[in-house]
Amino acid sequence: MVRAAVLLSARDVFPQSQLSRWLLSGCFVFVFLLLVSGMVSAQEKNPFADDAKSVKLGESQFRINCAFCHGLGARGGGRGPDLTRAQKKHGHTDEELYHTINEGVPGTAMPANGTTGQGVGMTAEEVWEVIAYIRSVEKKTAVTGNATKGDALFHGAAGCATCHMVNGKGGRLGPELSSTGAARSVDSLVESVRNPSQRLAWGLIESTKEFPQEYLSVNVETADGQKFSGVVLNQDNFTLQMMDMREQIHVLEKGKLKTCEISRESRMPAYDSKTLSDSELQDIIAYLVSVSVK
Amino acid sequence: MAAEREDIPAMKRLVAFCFVLVTACADPRSLHAQVTYERIRHAAQEPQNWLTYSGSYSGQRHSGLDQINTENVKSLVPKWVFQSAALGKWEATPLVVDGILYGTAQDNRTFALDAQTGRPIWEYQYILPSDIRPCCGRVNRGFAILGDKLYFATLDAHVVALDARTGAVVWNVAAIDYRKGYSFTMAPLAVKNMIIVGVSGGEYGTRGFVEAYDAASGERKWRFYSTPGPGEPGHETWEGDSWKIGGAPAWITGVFDPATNQLFWTTGNPAPSNRAAQRLGDNLYSNSLLAFDVDSGKLNWYFQYTKHDEHDWDATQVPVMVDLDGKKLIAHANRNGFFYLIDRTNGKLLFSKPFAHVTWSTEKDAEGRPLATKDSSPTLKGNRVCPGAAGSTNWMSPSFDPQTKLFYVTAREQCDVFSTAPQEFEEGHAYYGSAYFPSDEALPYWGALRAIDPLTGERKWEWKHVTPSWSGVLSTAGGLLFTGDSEGNVIALDEASGKALWHFQMGGAVYAAPMTFAVDGKQYVAIAAGSSLFAFGLP
Repeated sequence: MVRAAVLLSARDVFPQSQLSRWLLSGCFVFVFLLLVSGMVSAQEKNPFADDAKSVKLGESQFRINCAFCHGLGARGGGRGPDLTRAQKKHGHTDEELYHTINEGVPGTAMPANGTTGQGVGMTAEEVWEVIAYIRSVEKKTAVTGNATKGDALFHGAAGCATCHMVNGKGGRLGPELSSTGAARSVDSLVESVRNPSQRLAWGLIESTKEFPQEYLSVNVETADGQKFSGVVLNQDNFTLQMMDMREQIHVLEKGKLKTCEISRESRMPAYDSKTLSDSELQDIIAYLVSVSVK
Repeated sequence: MAAEREDIPAMKRLVAFCFVLVTACADPRSLHAQVTYERIRHAAQEPQNWLTYSGSYSGQRHSGLDQINTENVKSLVPKWVFQSAALGKWEATPLVVDGILYGTAQDNRTFALDAQTGRPIWEYQYILPSDIRPCCGRVNRGFAILGDKLYFATLDAHVVALDARTGAVVWNVAAIDYRKGYSFTMAPLAVKNMIIVGVSGGEYGTRGFVEAYDAASGERKWRFYSTPGPGEPGHETWEGDSWKIGGAPAWITGVFDPATNQLFWTTGNPAPSNRAAQRLGDNLYSNSLLAFDVDSGKLNWYFQYTKHDEHDWDATQVPVMVDLDGKKLIAHANRNGFFYLIDRTNGKLLFSKPFAHVTWSTEKDAEGRPLATKDSSPTLKGNRVCPGAAGSTNWMSPSFDPQTKLFYVTAREQCDVFSTAPQEFEEGHAYYGSAYFPSDEALPYWGALRAIDPLTGERKWEWKHVTPSWSGVLSTAGGLLFTGDSEGNVIALDEASGKALWHFQMGGAVYAAPMTFAVDGKQYVAIAAGSSLFAFGLP
């Protein structure tokens, strides 16, 4: 089986000289055309669509290659979007999904197939199996709320925009939410509103990936008696970068502070169903989903 | 043997001082002295140099240099920075011989620098094919040196000898076909006239091995497969033909005991890593400590840390030789969360004790070995187990200081949800059979550098990391520990108290272990972070 990943990384092996580059790329185009004509690698429709055995195999491949970010069951994890959504931000057709998996999404954490430094990537067959699996877990009617009402609530009575920004409007004390509706499952969004301290802002904790901005709560008192309360933007063992409740940034050396209390109790109030009814919450979620899928 | 004894620090300091004096007068950087086996064997007598991955054959990553000490470390400043211009994790420890630093970086880049100024003398980029099969990044952990040659092992499973003065390739041998999933990441070990390497590839259904090459010619002297074939002892610990693709790679540099002529090497996970359905049995010699006769490669004895592993808990941590209470021992803080003390003359376990949070074992067998509970196996739905797949520690080097008699290790506190992902084996294709996920819990991962009494397993103190660190530990006769963290700091701790005495923000996460050396009587500490190698010294 010829691996798609080998093809994709072929440009890395082109030698420097112009002539050999032309010759080699010619060869690769030829090989590629051969593949297209007879194989499953570049077609518009999934050859394994709705095939139960392929769905099963695709589930294994999904677990191995995708689930670390997209979560078990494709419901979204710390970084990867919830793929059970019927609409995908970066293209929804079989062909587009195939392209997204093979090429990755530039500017995001989604890597091209075979470029994670972990293995040589999935074969074309395996990519189609993964797509067959994703189709099998898609929910067609996930979002029930009214996005227009949700917009009004978010930027008005519910007070979300006091701390959260969407498309440049809103506050800064909580995570920016423009793409959260695509990234997170409805269940996890509900949990974050009803019980925000259960799990703080999502993000891989491993700093091997990116630094974990969890919006921890912090109270400090400086040597000269100034007190600041707010959220942690970043920290290490020796320094603290925080934003206070007036959205002012403070950069501090931990060793010079009189007190420094960092807590996993979220600054966000827990919205119970008296403060925000279930249908209002669904409206807000519908709004977040609508702005996240452009 | 006197040279291996570590209980006469005053004497050692005197010897060290004399060496620094002599070499300083003679301008070491023009000497090009041969690095003989005898010199490596007595590495402690020339602490201005760093001659092996772990600094000496003992694996202690301890230095007799004490010019930088608990009093003056607070004034440490960066002296130079060398940039590899490569991305990815920089896991290597450089060597220093007589004023010249020899290093490897990501993508099998190699270089020699003036150790005082960081100016390159030569650089050599090994060209890798586009379809290599690394498991976990395009990493390499360093050189071995012997005579006038440097040795490193590549991501396409070659072993390469370079001329130390020019970086020119002297020989280049393909150990095995990388297309089948084999690669090398560890720094080789030079013993006598041999270069010893252990293979990577536990994620591809390979068959692990440790092997020795003739240092002069590149001819293979011996190879030991870590999954026994038909007729060999241990073959019965594999179901059917599963030994053929059983993994058990050997991807961290071992240690050598000249007194008994024994080479100690550790092995990694059985394949597939988290799904054990088709490999019933103990799966020897996965996750084991192997004791070889170094000349023949004959196995003298083995000790298996994790039987029939289902959590990817490679035992590929540097096994540290320590001599305590008149006993010749090996101290090993294992990825599975237990600290083990082993008699290195016969492989008998003295005790095992958790050094981090462990949920997978509550009982021990008659020999004191932790046994897995029945409900710790990965399931299709997922099963939360501590430690997680990255383990309670990993490749990051520990350190043992013969003066404090304490063992220092970078510990990780993190759990994972382990689930199975049934998969057919296909040669050269990733073969996990499993998946793992960060445990979905309120508390995040964290880490700590822990000081452990190796005779009891008792924790003396810990220095907490905000997130788990991947950096190793160096101890020095100056009463200091050096380590790095994932936030980009290099940190000096007081060995006695575990308190931080100095730190410097290097701007990139640390995946390497620190080392130290001296040139012209001045001590330096070097460590890689991000894409840069830093050297620090007194002003």
